[in-house]
Amino acid sequence: MGEMTGTSNGFAVRTEGVSRQYAMGEALVHAVDDVSIAVKPGEFVALLGSSGSGKSTLLNLLAGLDRPTSGAIYAHEHNLAEMSSQQLAHHRSHTVGMVFQAFNLLPRMTLEENVELPLRLAEVDRAERPARVREAVERVSLAARLTHRPSELSGGEQQRAALARALVNRPTILLADEPTGNLDSLTGDAIMHLLQEINRTLQMTIVMVTHDKVRAARYAHRIITMRDGKLVTEGASDEIA
Amino acid sequence: MKLRDLTELAARNLREAVLRNSLTTLGIAVGVASLVAMLSLGVGLQELASTRLSRSGLFDAVFVTTQANMRAFGGPPRPMAERTSTKPARKLDDDARQQLAQIKNVVEVYPEVRFPTEVQFEGKPLMTTVAGIPASARRDGAFDEMKGNFFSGPEANEAILQIEFARDLAKQTDSLLGKDLVLRYAEKEPLPADAPPENAAHKSAANRSDADDAPASGGFSLVPRELKLRIIGVVETEPATGFGGFGRGRLLIPLQIAQNLRIAQPTDMREMLRGDTGKPSYETLTVRVSSPKVVQSVEDTIKGMGFGTFSILDATKNMMLFFTVFDSLLLIFGSLALTVASLGIVNTLVMAILERRREIGILKALGAADRDVRRLFFVEAGAMGLLGGVLGVALGWLIGRALTIGTNAYLKRQELPAIDISSIHWWMVALAVGVSFFVSLAAGMYPASRAARLNPVEALRYE
Repeated sequence: MGEMTGTSNGFAVRTEGVSRQYAMGEALVHAVDDVSIAVKPGEFVALLGSSGSGKSTLLNLLAGLDRPTSGAIYAHEHNLAEMSSQQLAHHRSHTVGMVFQAFNLLPRMTLEENVELPLRLAEVDRAERPARVREAVERVSLAARLTHRPSELSGGEQQRAALARALVNRPTILLADEPTGNLDSLTGDAIMHLLQEINRTLQMTIVMVTHDKVRAARYAHRIITMRDGKLVTEGASDEIA
Repeated sequence: MKLRDLTELAARNLREAVLRNSLTTLGIAVGVASLVAMLSLGVGLQELASTRLSRSGLFDAVFVTTQANMRAFGGPPRPMAERTSTKPARKLDDDARQQLAQIKNVVEVYPEVRFPTEVQFEGKPLMTTVAGIPASARRDGAFDEMKGNFFSGPEANEAILQIEFARDLAKQTDSLLGKDLVLRYAEKEPLPADAPPENAAHKSAANRSDADDAPASGGFSLVPRELKLRIIGVVETEPATGFGGFGRGRLLIPLQIAQNLRIAQPTDMREMLRGDTGKPSYETLTVRVSSPKVVQSVEDTIKGMGFGTFSILDATKNMMLFFTVFDSLLLIFGSLALTVASLGIVNTLVMAILERRREIGILKALGAADRDVRRLFFVEAGAMGLLGGVLGVALGWLIGRALTIGTNAYLKRQELPAIDISSIHWWMVALAVGVSFFVSLAAGMYPASRAARLNPVEALRYE
């Protein structure tokens, strides 16, 4: 793993003894417990684990949606644990793109408006937006569905639209939380192919949460397995598989 | 996020819950309308009162009397030393009148001539009060809505009737115009030292001047006279020609004519006993000034000359105090409705947070800062406030018009002239829309802050 002091040390993202605890009534839940990982630029990493293992919590911490109880998370030399909420918003807007199991498209917006939304939040110049939107939707082969609302798209198309929305701000890290969880096997494979293509062509770092060991082994470079909030195994996908 | 993007997103959000947001906006509009209607009513009534009073000519006038007569004006009692002083109070004669006319900002000085007398109209005798009206009174506006015309000249044998008196003469007051009436009065005839009073008894009263006066013997006789006058107008408002005395004039004649009549006044007896029979003196003089603003300074100057004064300024101050309190009360009642409406905004936006919880989570996951979410809700609240304010002003104006129309319909049945009881000014529109906007922003503070504080992870889990 190399030296881990104070910066991301050339890694796209790195955690250092990171923990996240929740109070649930009187009990304290250790959702993530002293986890240290490092993801290299352009690497495709799968976070594997059963339900409640803490993988989604770890992904939220990497996204800057949540703050660790202790430890450090480095992305581009900055410790997310020490950032203000404004800086975390900037991190979510410019450094990472997120894809969710439930797609999370805004139902009353068209595909074009959904994809344009991160550009509005990042205050990208209005003149530049149409080209950026087109570039993103063409990458996921949805250029013909720009005016459609999410309810008029299939599950696979919705996830591709979510992927276009995650890519439109040209982030360096793509965080995917069970991207195939709501899709049938064939569509799920298509999405995984798309993620793999994005990883290869854009050299984009991808951290994907999944409980599908087979897909993780087939598409990811490396698998990190978690159980009860702790890191259990870490290694190349062919080794883990 | 830039303001244009915020506005577009806010407009989209408002459109998506169009019924609820419209009802909330309507609530604000009703609140603003009540505020505007109350305010316009208060201001309208104040303007109505001010206009009516300023038309009376009382506001740019100072009423001057001798110190000795000051008690008659309801003024403060003179100090005992002054009352018992052997120094006589300064007379209000023609010299004093000329001095008063030379004071800065004084436009005109004229005496009050007002007397009760008998009038013969179509053989029917009626008692009434006659008042002399200066030519300048025409500018007061009291005669703007009169029927007929103002006096053709300062010495025209013409009469303008006050409407109540005109109704005593004829049911249809318009029919009086052009008809004649006869004024019967008692003229004060000085007794010459070397001639019996009968010699002067048959001169024309209206064409007599002071130069005709024979040397006074110290006494006078009262001679019955008649003067034919043509009715040329009927007026509803009598201009102020003086203060106190015989009450309102019901038959108005040119001041010069009234002075030439040399009517016996109540003070004549006192002056005769005192031997003040040289130059004629006046009970009161009215000093008309260029603007109500200079009344106080002119009044002070006149007091310095040794005369007693009275102006309506104090009464005006009391009236302004009354209207300030009245307007404040109306504002409070109007604001209550707006306060209730602002609670509607809080309710709508809190509901919107619950409904859009997941959406807020998505926005935050895509890079929205707490500040962006807060501003988004602020813009939504502000837009509802702005729209509600504009609608409210329109609605308030309609309520004001409806009140005026209703009031005028009632006044018409009572045969009274139409009035405008509500008045909307641009400052009122700006104030109402501004208050609506800022009250809405204040109402949006809590929901906006609550939305901004939402934990994105929890918000994304929300179904």
